Amino acid sequence: MNSLFPITPAHYLVLSALVFGIGVAGVLSRKNLFVVLMSLELALNAVNLSFITFSRVNGDVTGHVIVLFVVAIAAAEACVGLAIVIALYRLKETVDLDLFKSLKG
Amino acid sequence: MLEAILFYILAAVLLGMGLLVITRTNPIASALAMVAAFAALAALYALLSASLVAIIQILVYAGGIMVLMIFVIMLLNLHPDDLKPMRAKGWVVVLALTGVWGVVLAPVALIFFPAGSQPPAPLAEGFGGIFSVGEKMFSDYLFPFEMLSLVLLTAIVGALVLSKRKL
Repeated sequence: MNSLFPITPAHYLVLSALVFGIGVAGVLSRKNLFVVLMSLELALNAVNLSFITFSRVNGDVTGHVIVLFVVAIAAAEACVGLAIVIALYRLKETVDLDLFKSLKG
Repeated sequence: MLEAILFYILAAVLLGMGLLVITRTNPIASALAMVAAFAALAALYALLSASLVAIIQILVYAGGIMVLMIFVIMLLNLHPDDLKPMRAKGWVVVLALTGVWGVVLAPVALIFFPAGSQPPAPLAEGFGGIFSVGEKMFSDYLFPFEMLSLVLLTAIVGALVLSKRKL
């Protein structure tokens, strides 16, 4: 019980690592393009949680600024990613990643 | 004590919703679980006294990015029979491997980061509010901020070119 209370930055960092793990597991094990994109977002958010934690420890708002930048980049990524999904769906009528293998040697 | 209770509840919601995201067959169910995960994450940010980032998380992620995602999922009108073959395969194995990461990494990280095992020091007044973050962003990080506007512009043009049949 000693390591469970009180809450320290290490707790937040472990939570962040676990959420990142869930995101990576989603990217590696799913074949649905949408879920892969969402798992990527989950991994990005886990990293954001680390940034906020380190910001809190050091009493410095630089981490917050970087998180805001990451959110903007994630918005751009979702925008382009979904446009690619629509273009691929138009081509093959599916979002199954296993069927997009024309580049495979 | 209250912080500990809130932390464990929010962490459980975040991890549970994250697992739902990667295991649901229907992408709409995944997206809704994702929105709940983002809400829990925003509350965790608030616990870490990052009030502005917590609000942005709800506004931009749950309100903007996930709405776009759900909009596109509904636009494509996928049949439930098409979704079945895209179920998660072997996610338990992958999840176990990546979950070990958090448990193994924590003691190693604490060797290099001893401050992580103590509750952090009290903060200055207004930390993480709109004034302190804005001051930092528009002084030291002005150039990256302007570059970000170019990135967003490129993304808009790129998305338009990719998804439009004939320009």
